Amino acid sequence: MRPSIPDLHLDDALQLLRQAGVPEPAEPAGSMAWLQGVIDALVDLTSRDALTGVANRRSFELALAREIDRVARSGEPALLLVLDIDHFKHVNDTHGHAAGDLIIKAVAQALLDCVRPMDLVARIGGEEFAVVLPNCATAFGETVAERVRRRVEHTPMAISAATALNVTVSVGGAFAPQWVRSSPHLWIERADRQLYRAKAQGRNLVCLEPAAVPVVSGEEKRMLFDSSQFLDFE
Amino acid sequence: MTDGKPATRAIFTAITSGKGGVGKTFVAANLAAALARQGQRVLVLDADLGLANLDVVLNLVPKLTLHDVFDGRSALEDAIVPAPGGFSALLAGSGMVEYSRLTPEVRQKLLDVVERVGTRFDHVLLDTGAGISDVVLFTISLADQVIVVATPEPTSMTDAYATIKVLAATQARRAIRLVVNQVRRPGEGRVVHQQLQQVVDRYVNPTLDAALRLELLGELPADPAVREAVARRELLLETQPGTPFSMAVVTLATRLLQG
Repeated sequence: MRPSIPDLHLDDALQLLRQAGVPEPAEPAGSMAWLQGVIDALVDLTSRDALTGVANRRSFELALAREIDRVARSGEPALLLVLDIDHFKHVNDTHGHAAGDLIIKAVAQALLDCVRPMDLVARIGGEEFAVVLPNCATAFGETVAERVRRRVEHTPMAISAATALNVTVSVGGAFAPQWVRSSPHLWIERADRQLYRAKAQGRNLVCLEPAAVPVVSGEEKRMLFDSSQFLDFE
Repeated sequence: MTDGKPATRAIFTAITSGKGGVGKTFVAANLAAALARQGQRVLVLDADLGLANLDVVLNLVPKLTLHDVFDGRSALEDAIVPAPGGFSALLAGSGMVEYSRLTPEVRQKLLDVVERVGTRFDHVLLDTGAGISDVVLFTISLADQVIVVATPEPTSMTDAYATIKVLAATQARRAIRLVVNQVRRPGEGRVVHQQLQQVVDRYVNPTLDAALRLELLGELPADPAVREAVARRELLLETQPGTPFSMAVVTLATRLLQG
C-alpha cells in the first residue's frame, strides 16, 4: 500500500529546500501535485552544484551517457570541453577562500554567458568545469573552445567592492566517440588528457584531441619488428 | 517465449584486419562453416559496404542483398541466403558505394539490421572492410568481441597494431582476439602475438585505465590448398576438410565456442 502523504517524513526535505532558497510548491500542501513539486525541486537540487548553480558531476555524467547514445545513433559530432582555472591555489592563498569561491562563481557565469542554451555547463571538481556541446561541428571545435577561453580571460571578476581579478583557464577537448561501445568515462579521460597537455604547454591554452589518432610511430614500428625471433624465418 | 526456451541473442563477432588481402573474408567464411558443423546457427554479414566480396568467396549470386534491405526493396529475411558451408549469409552486393560513408542513415540501418538478426542465430560474424574507416569502426562497435586477422608480414602487423590501438582508445576494448593467418611454420603465430602484445604493453597500456590483453585464438598455416580453393571459389572446409588449414579452422571454432 502506498503511504499517505502525511505519513512521509518530509521535514528534512522541506528544510533543505528552504535553506537552498527554493520556494515551496504552490499547490495545496499535502496534495499529490505538491508532493511531485517537492520531488522535482529535490531532483533539481541534487543535479546542481551548490556553489555555482550549474550542473554537478552527477548530472554531468548522466548527460554524457545520454549524449553518447545520441551520437552513436545520429553521428552528429558532440564536443566535451574540460576546463581548469589556472593557478587557482594562488588565488586562494593570496586572497582567501571566500575570494576563491567568488572566482569559481564568476567563471561559471562567464561559461554560461558564452555557450548556447542547449549546451551543458557543469562543475566537476574544485576548480574544474566541463561543457558538453551537442551537435558541434568538428570544424568549429577550436573556435568554440577558444571563445570560451578568451571569455574567461577578458572577464574581470570582482572579489570585493574594490578589487577585481582576471583569471585564465586551460581547456582540453575531445569529440564524442562515434561508436556504439563507449562510455562517459572514456570520453572524459580523452578530454582530460588534452587538459593536461594545455597545462603542460603553459596554461591559458586550448588543446583539442587531434582528429587522426591512429598513428603508429617509427618507434612503435621498430619495436614491432625488432626481434631476433623473426630472424629464424627466411 | 511460448515454447519455454529462453530468448537468446547471438554472439556478435567482428572480424577485421586493418590491412586488406590477409584472407579475412576467406577465414570468416571457413570459420562460419566450422561453427555450423558444430551445430551452431551462424550468419555471416558482409559489412564491407564499399568493396563487398563475401559473395565472391562463397560463389553466390544473390538476388537480394543488404543493399536491397537498406533501400527497402527487400525484407531482411528474404536477403538472408543459405551459403555452401551450412550457414547463412547476408551479402552486401555491388552498388553499395552510396552506403560506404557513415551517414546517420547508414548508422540507423546497420543498427536496425544487427538488432533484428540477433534473435535468430547463435553466432553472427561481421566481416568488416579493410582499414579503420568510420564504417569499419562503427561495425566493430556493434560486436561483442573482435577478432583481428593478421599475417606475419610487417605491413599486416603494423595495420593490425594500428587497429588494436584505435579500438583500445575509442571503444574501451580491453580484450581482442588474434588470428594469425598464413604462418609458414608452427609457432609463428605465437611470435606475432608476443610482438604485438609487447608493443601494446609498452605504448598503449600505459595510456589505459586497464590493460588491453591480446588473446591468440589460433594460427592458420600457409597452405597451397587455400590458393586453389580461393581460385575455385570454394570453401576449403567443404572440399578438403583434412587439409592443415581446414583442421586449424576447426580448432579456431572450437576455441571460439569455449568462450
